Amino acid sequence: MNADNFETVVVETDLLILGGGMAACGAAYEASYWAKKNKQRVCVVDKAAMERSGAVAMGLSAINLYLGVSKGNNTVDEYVSYVKNDLMGIARKDLVANIARHVDSSVHLFEKWGLPIWKDEEGNYVNEGRWQIMIHGESYKSIVSEAAKSALKELGEDGTYYERIFITEPVMFDDRCVGAVGFSVRDNKFYVFKAKAVLDVMGGAVHVFRPRSVGEGLGRSWYPPFNSGASTYFTLKAGAEMTCQEVRFVPVRFKDSYGPVGAWFLLFKSKATNAKGEDYMETRAAELENWAPYGTSKPTPANLRNYLMLLELEEGNGPIYMRTDEAIQKLVAEIPDEKEARRKMKELESEAWEDFLDMTVSQALNWASHNIMPEKTPSEISACEPYFISSHSGASGAWVSGPRDLAPGEHHWGYDNMTSVGGLFAAGDASGASSHKFSSGSFTEGRIAGKAAIAFCMDHPEAVEISEEQIAALKEKVLQPLKIFEEHSGYTNDEDVNPNYIKPKMFMFRLQKIMDEYAGGASVGFKTSEALLTKGLEYMQFMKEDAEKLAAGDLNELMRCWENTHRMWQAESHIRTILFREETRWPGYYFRTDHPNMKEDWEAFANCRWDPETGEWEMIKRDIL
Amino acid sequence: MPSFVINEKCDGCKAQDRTACQYICPNDLMVLDKETNKAYNRAVDMCWECYSCVKICPTQAIEIRGYADFMPLGGVVQPLRSSDSIMWAVRFRNKVVKRFKFPIRTTAEGSIDPDAGFTTGTDDLKSPVLRTEPDSL
Repeated sequence: MNADNFETVVVETDLLILGGGMAACGAAYEASYWAKKNKQRVCVVDKAAMERSGAVAMGLSAINLYLGVSKGNNTVDEYVSYVKNDLMGIARKDLVANIARHVDSSVHLFEKWGLPIWKDEEGNYVNEGRWQIMIHGESYKSIVSEAAKSALKELGEDGTYYERIFITEPVMFDDRCVGAVGFSVRDNKFYVFKAKAVLDVMGGAVHVFRPRSVGEGLGRSWYPPFNSGASTYFTLKAGAEMTCQEVRFVPVRFKDSYGPVGAWFLLFKSKATNAKGEDYMETRAAELENWAPYGTSKPTPANLRNYLMLLELEEGNGPIYMRTDEAIQKLVAEIPDEKEARRKMKELESEAWEDFLDMTVSQALNWASHNIMPEKTPSEISACEPYFISSHSGASGAWVSGPRDLAPGEHHWGYDNMTSVGGLFAAGDASGASSHKFSSGSFTEGRIAGKAAIAFCMDHPEAVEISEEQIAALKEKVLQPLKIFEEHSGYTNDEDVNPNYIKPKMFMFRLQKIMDEYAGGASVGFKTSEALLTKGLEYMQFMKEDAEKLAAGDLNELMRCWENTHRMWQAESHIRTILFREETRWPGYYFRTDHPNMKEDWEAFANCRWDPETGEWEMIKRDIL
Repeated sequence: MPSFVINEKCDGCKAQDRTACQYICPNDLMVLDKETNKAYNRAVDMCWECYSCVKICPTQAIEIRGYADFMPLGGVVQPLRSSDSIMWAVRFRNKVVKRFKFPIRTTAEGSIDPDAGFTTGTDDLKSPVLRTEPDSL
């Protein structure tokens, strides 16, 4: 494939939304409305097809963030306390509260747009847990994307969206982000998007760490394999300050297929036990006191629940089981009437299967392949590998401005969700320290950022100039892997084995091996230390050099090259931040063997910034306000 | 192989302007082989088993064979998706079959009104009030 035959397409807009998932749809929905009122243009660029792009592609069985404030169910403050406790004190209250005060509106819109939400006999939503409501969510993403597209359509020719464009680099003008470049994965076109404001909503990062399954099952990551660190790379390369890059998320899920456990724990009241049938949350309750005040608060933070389970495994008490059989039998036993009990059993069975079929079909297939009937047989659960996802119980992302009316002093700098770089906004998995947004909160944060970004466009009406030289340099850089392949592939008899370059797949495996073995991956029980991290960082420098020799034989491989470069930057910021925070605060996510306890002086944010001018990393400790 | 294409059933979406599976795959895995006019999954170990291709295929030519590194052979989970509901057939390795049907949407496809009948309480771009608020709260 000849890298010289690429047409350059220049697209001009006012607000550029990068991504196609829930946050991008929320942003497109909200921004279109304010753009129309203020005569601004909005353009969305998605690497996939919006109908099924992002983490909600497969569907969901629950909406994990709904407060029901108008019904008097919960308050915003209660939610903020819950999130802060779950993250061991490390959360931006202003950001969490901003999402929480708007999220009910988003959920009510989803319902009107056509999302079936479970209702009880009085017509109220059926709660799974305190903050979670049950949905028939197979088409959740299709519905939300239709609303986003309809909203864009209201802008006429000023509202556009591009699918199958992979975004690689930010475009900078002085200290401001004024666009992005990327390429089509369908035909030989290099794209330059010029904008007044740019919103980064490209999801979290998967496959940075070596997964537990490395054969075909490599693709069965808990969070989707196509979320490859583009968000973090984009904000880092623009020179934005990042936060919580150490706060990875290690979910505990049904083993291997990673089916959800939320409905089992919360809706069906199931227990998890070790192989001997002991409930480790009870037998190991004393351990939680070592992590007070968070460990002794209810509900127990996700990472500590993980930790107690990991201690069981270390002592050889595995496998760990979700006692689905006992839970179902108990629910049915509560019904004295035999006929009614049979009906209830049928209903529970359907609900249990729908939970998987709505959002992790592979887990249903796993049960079918193993002849598992949940009402008769317990199922194994396990800790997955680490993920970067600030919309769940992780927190990594860009450091963004809070809202004027909620953010204390230095947490507000003019526009909601703007990063430390002018004109560059972030939301969903791209913004940090505002965990537990989930699907509805990500959509909502996209809305908040979308509106604020239109306000930025109005305040900065000057036309954006990007020089031809800048475009040419970016184009050469982005297409370089094609050129390298073209130049050298004829040298050997196997295009994958060549001393002059490295293919993206092996590059990814090398990154995963480093991260797993040195940065506390699944195979080492999530343990690491300064010595290991320093060694890992040393190997990472070789990777950064070899990244310049990534080679791509076609457009699909070109995308894989860049995905893995993105992952590598996510990885480096992670290692540097774990090193910086000299304590262990989330023992079920990672454990610093050289600093095994939580320390009071680290009740703070660990931030970092890569300086585009010098190429140096700066580590910044910031107070929790 | 996670998703696979049944040769006999795939017609390369010849009646459409693009192949459905290629259009929908969130990881850009489905490709049309121009010589055979059949689609295929080009990187099965990058497949999430999200079933987007299975659900959209107009000739039901795509199925999923569970990841061979941890799933025994014989299990099949196959959906049939309509505009308002989805039917699932789950066949166990021991041949037991279970069927489920769930609603997926309460409105007609393409009918969404973004404001959903709510009104927005302000025109102020700098206020924290979002589109449809406070009505929709």
